Amino acid sequence: MNWLLAALRSSLGRKMVVALTGLGLLGFVFAHLAGNLQVFLGREALNAYAQGLKDLGALLWVARLGLIAMFVTHVALALQLARENRAARPTRYVHGGVQQASPGSRSMVFTGVMILLFVAYHLAHFTFGAAHASHYAVGSDALGRHDVYGMVVAGFSEPLVVGLYVAAIAMLALHLSHGVQSVFQTLGLNGPRYEPIIKRTGCAIAVIVFVGNVSMPLAILMGLGPFSTGA
Amino acid sequence: MKLTLNIWRQKTPSDAGHMERHELSDVSPDMSFLEMLDVLNEHLQVEGKDPVAFDHDCREGICGMCSLVINGTAHGPMKATTTCQLHMRSFKDGDTVDIEPFRAKAFPVVKDLTVDRSSFDRINEAGGFVSVNTGGAPDANALPIGKVEADKAMDAAACIGCGACVAACPNASAMLFVSAKIGHLAHLPQGQPERARRALNLVSTMDAEGFGNCRNYYECEAVCPKEIPIDFIAEMNRDWRSSVLKGGS
Ligand code: FES
Repeated sequence: MNWLLAALRSSLGRKMVVALTGLGLLGFVFAHLAGNLQVFLGREALNAYAQGLKDLGALLWVARLGLIAMFVTHVALALQLARENRAARPTRYVHGGVQQASPGSRSMVFTGVMILLFVAYHLAHFTFGAAHASHYAVGSDALGRHDVYGMVVAGFSEPLVVGLYVAAIAMLALHLSHGVQSVFQTLGLNGPRYEPIIKRTGCAIAVIVFVGNVSMPLAILMGLGPFSTGA
Repeated sequence: MKLTLNIWRQKTPSDAGHMERHELSDVSPDMSFLEMLDVLNEHLQVEGKDPVAFDHDCREGICGMCSLVINGTAHGPMKATTTCQLHMRSFKDGDTVDIEPFRAKAFPVVKDLTVDRSSFDRINEAGGFVSVNTGGAPDANALPIGKVEADKAMDAAACIGCGACVAACPNASAMLFVSAKIGHLAHLPQGQPERARRALNLVSTMDAEGFGNCRNYYECEAVCPKEIPIDFIAEMNRDWRSSVLKGGS
């Protein structure tokens, strides 16, 4: 077991854990997006989906704990590595500059921290009802379920809220534009033959995540559809 | 041509260091960058000042001893070129040139522009070789190696260990260097018996020397005078991963 612990403590081992947890979190991003897109199917579909998730009971908590564990590991190791990276160059260059590093790669820590802050806000908004409490407190639908649909429509009817969400999703997309292709390189799955495909896949995923997620707040804000808050 | 040089001066390893301005008016476009510094040093000596210390040896682009970050780029503006092979025709009359040492915790400044890169030697000592007694030179074709594999081994072996990859990496990571050392032996039959151990030992020594962690910026690849591709880093990650999973022997 000692060799495995030593490996997990090394730079490559920790990077691989960051890559794998990142991949897991990306899976969540897609599941979350697929579930939420049901807002376009109307009140019944979204509220039934939300109730269905709640009805999972213990299973839901297993999933949540797994998700939290991945999230915490990803953030903690990435920040630890970033701290070491700063220490590895104690004196900065007077004349700095980059050759080919992408904007996504250069802003990983910044976009990562922004996403972390957004997740806290997003949970406070739609899960705990602590931020903009009136949105969460829309009440129940005709079947007595929490009116998630009404809550989302109420939330995304406020331009300021929509602006925040769009900005945060842009951060996520930028993070993924580097993160996805980086996973392959770090896990040693990259190679001259695959590199162009991997880079394009990474960008495509970033675009899908961005477009998919901003479509909801923007459509609601601009009234592109039969959205209404009332049950 | 006339140049304004801003050069990093640092008397001792513990000195804070600063940029120092020099005007040089007798620069020929045919000089190499290091010859230009030689001219500056001759002037400084005549004026009774301390000449600028910088690393160099072969001045042919093959030894890996020269260094310098020139206007923010390791080995200067020419791609695939060491500082000793960079010529002043790459600059224009009246240019200002900022000259700094390779900066990394694992490459402490000795004096001015010279840095101590013995951390690279220690990485190599951890297994960047084949420990068999080779005896007399074998016949050229006694051990057939496929052309593709031989080419890959040669591409990695082109590394001259200059450390530009570390200097250019925003995280001062040595991954390109270490992956080249691991890669050139991983593609040869002689490297196989110690392949797993080599990957583990070189990586752990790299970590212990205080280099940063790779974030896949690929800045290293852009400045490498021998154009070593980052594919070797992916190969090293693969080698290291399978070594760990095999229990590290
Ligand atoms: S001095 Fe030998 S490579 Fe430049």
